[in-house]
Parts: sequence; C-alpha cells; structure tokens
Amino acid sequence: MKKRVVITGLGVVSPNGVGIPKFTEAIKNGVSGIQFLPKLRDLNFSCQLGATPTISEEKKRDYLSELQLRNFNSSGILYGIIAGMDAFKDAELEPAKNDEEPLWDLGIIFGSGTSGVEKFREAIYKIDDKNVRRLGSNSVAQTMTSGVSAYLGGLIGAGNMVTANSSACATGTEALLMGYEHIANGKATYMLCGSTSDQGPYIWGGFDAMKVTTYKYNDSPEKVAGPMSADASGFVPGSGAGAYLLESLESAQKRGATIYAEILGGAINNGGQRGGGSMTAPNSLAIQKCITSALKNANISASEIDYINGHLTATIKDPEEIENWCIALNRKGADFPYINSLKGMVGHCLAASGSIEIVSAILQLYEGFIFPNTNCENLHPKIASLVSQEKISMKTLKNPLQTIVKASFGFGDVNACAIFKKI
Amino acid sequence: MNSEEIYSLLEPIIKNYLPEDVSPKQINRSSDLTRELNINSAHLVDIILDIEDVFNIEFKNEDMENLRNVNDAILLIQKKATI
Repeated sequence: MKKRVVITGLGVVSPNGVGIPKFTEAIKNGVSGIQFLPKLRDLNFSCQLGATPTISEEKKRDYLSELQLRNFNSSGILYGIIAGMDAFKDAELEPAKNDEEPLWDLGIIFGSGTSGVEKFREAIYKIDDKNVRRLGSNSVAQTMTSGVSAYLGGLIGAGNMVTANSSACATGTEALLMGYEHIANGKATYMLCGSTSDQGPYIWGGFDAMKVTTYKYNDSPEKVAGPMSADASGFVPGSGAGAYLLESLESAQKRGATIYAEILGGAINNGGQRGGGSMTAPNSLAIQKCITSALKNANISASEIDYINGHLTATIKDPEEIENWCIALNRKGADFPYINSLKGMVGHCLAASGSIEIVSAILQLYEGFIFPNTNCENLHPKIASLVSQEKISMKTLKNPLQTIVKASFGFGDVNACAIFKKI
Repeated sequence: MNSEEIYSLLEPIIKNYLPEDVSPKQINRSSDLTRELNINSAHLVDIILDIEDVFNIEFKNEDMENLRNVNDAILLIQKKATI
C-alpha cells in the first residue's frame, strides 16, 4: 500500500518576487520580472531581456555564513539554498543539531540544468592561465550539479538520499515526482525537492544562438508577447529556484502541519526523439501519453481537472501543446479547464521553470485563485479554435480549485506531469 | 619582517576560516589549525592563497605538508619572504 504524500512547505526565488508572500502578491497582480539587461546588449545578444531575482547582500547572510560567502559566485546555488531553506522553514521543521545524528527520514532531490556557470568561468580562466592552484577550495562545490542539495544537506543535516536530478526544463517537475515516489514507497518521511537555474549570459547564450528567445521587445520589456499569444516570438530567459517540502500525509497530520495540497500522482516519460520528437522538439504522442498516464496514476478522470499550469513558453510550440492537452483530456472549447502560464511574468526559468511554476500552481490551489495570463490579448488563432477565451483569463480570477495538473517538457524529449488536489 | 609583524597580518586571515563556534580569541601561536581551531582541512589551501596574496610570496606543494599550526605558518612565511 503506497503512502499518501502532501506538500507542507514552499519556497521560491522568482524574478517577480523572492519569498512566498511577495511571490503570491506578484502573481495575483500579474507583476512582471522581465527587464532590459544592458549587459546582454553589450554582449551582442539578440534578446537583451532577461528575468532575474533580486537578492540583497543582507539577505544572503540570512542563509549563509561569511565564510560560506567568501569567493561565492554561483547564482543558481544561492537561489536553490534560499528557496530550499524557505520551504524547510515553512514546514516548521528543525535542522539536526551539530552534535546530533542527521535526520535519517529527510532526503533532498534538488535539480539543475547546469550549475555554477559563473564560478566555472572564473575557474576556466585561471586554469588556462596556468594557475590551477589558485582555484581555492570552493570551486568544486560551487560547480557540481549536486551543489544545491549538498549545501542544503549540510544546513539541514539531511540523512536520507541527498541528490540532484537533471532533465532540462522538466527538472523541477521530475524532482517533485521522484520525491513523491520515495515517500509513497516508504523510503523517507520528508523530501525537500526543487530545482534551480543560474542567471546571466553564460547560461542563456546557447538559447540566444538557437533563436528560441525573442529579439522583438528589447525596447519594451513590459510588452513582450506572452505564451499563447498570436504575436509570441520566442521566450525571455529567466532564472531562480522553487522548492517544496514533501511529507507523508500520516506524518503531516500527526504533527499538525499546514497542508498545501496532496500530490495524487504523476508520470514521467520520453518521446524517444521519434515521431516528430527531437533533441529540441517534443513528440506530441509522448506528451499525450504522459498526461493520460498521470491521470491513471492519480486515479482520477480528465473531467475532474479544474486547472492546467502549462509549460507554454511563448514559442511556436504553444498551439501544439494546447492541442495535446485537448486530445489527452478529451476536452475542448468551454469544457476545457482554466489554463495559464507563469512564463509571461518571469520568462522561461529553464531548469527552474518547473519548480517555480509548481509553487505558483500550489498557491493558486491553496488560496483559490487563478493568476492572469500576460500580454496575450491577441490569442493565437489555433488556440482560440480549441479553447474558449474565458478559460485563458487576462485577469485574476477567484476560483475554488480542487484538482489541478502541471506539466513540463524539455530538451531531450523529456516530459513530466503531476496532479495535485486540495485537502 | 619579524614574527610579531607576521603574526599581526596572519591572525586576521585565519580568523576568516574559523567555524562559527570557535572564538578568534582561541588563536595563538601553537594552535593546531584543523585539530584545535577546527578549521575544515579543505580551507587550508584557501589560507595558503590568502597568505600568498598578503605577503606576496608563493608556496610549493611540499611547503604545505609542513603546515600544522600558526607557528609553522610564521616560519614558512619568514623563509619565503626575503624582505
């Protein structure tokens, strides 16, 4: 018998708000974190817009010691630590004391795409300058993929599995489902899961070169055509981290914890880079199968879904995603669930997109609202032909959501879909 | 540079690497850096790099093998610093 799993803590470092209260306020009001970044202009980027969280020096010191911050230069790890510790504290758990045993029942799965590029760049310059000995002791910890989970593991004293997953833009949703399985199978009581992504030109450059970002709004960041818009011309690169503390229902009830939502189940699959799928494009059949498998795993019918938190990136693939949802749920027009995409406000936070968006989805479920889609007045005609406009709101709606779904898709033809219920 | 002068420059370097529960007052010339001051052994290389910057000297791998306590560091610096 599988254990039921719930979410009892949330943390977020988002371009439009750091910390749950600020982020909740921002998404309710459609506040954008997208900005013109002069540095990208100076580096000849096509897309000179980006979305990065603002973190003061003082804030860093709430999480890390002066010693840990010496020569610290990894934005993604910093975001992950802040989001992770916030989720842990939000669940009202206490770290293991220094002279005690670790928390054997608490594990961590915190993913990233690539981690610590700024630190890695620093190291590469020193190495090429024949100065490898000048790297110091912190180059490895700040560039390893498991950097966030390693830092968090130390801060908390985690004694269960502490690891990092990586599946491009599906990383955050995958981390949640991996943590869910771990608890459901009785291998841990608490799993701190999430994902992070560095900010800046070294992480965004490759996407700029692929022309999947937009070059059309450098002078008007507030007007960038959002996901599902007919004018959508590519995404704005973002960064940040999202985190959730997963816990067995049994344990959460026993200690009287705040329960944000139950994770009913989900699915992870791959399109095999076949049937229209490739390194960079999704196999539609695999997406449909991922969604239907998630419903089956959660033991609910498609008609129960009230709301979809889409992957929807503001690229040419948005209409295809909507079509896949319609086919998988067998719902369209006015019968289609409400749907929105956070990427209109925070850009595409890449490896962090899944986790930041899951946090946004859980907040909507818990508080009963649906945040507005941004700059999508001119709905893409193909999407308009599939879904009633009222389901793609430009305004914040109050709605007593009960069952919601989140999906993330990524390079390598990876898909992940998770289903949550209010409890 | 006499050992007093070296010590006065060395102490603030070491202070940076003390764990939070070790007071800077515990630093003295015979303090074993890892065993007594509880400095993470990974940070010894950072201390060496900071010393190199402050004293404008360069250590070899063999020099580091002899670094255990504050006095060892002072002797090493005296040996390397010609002025």
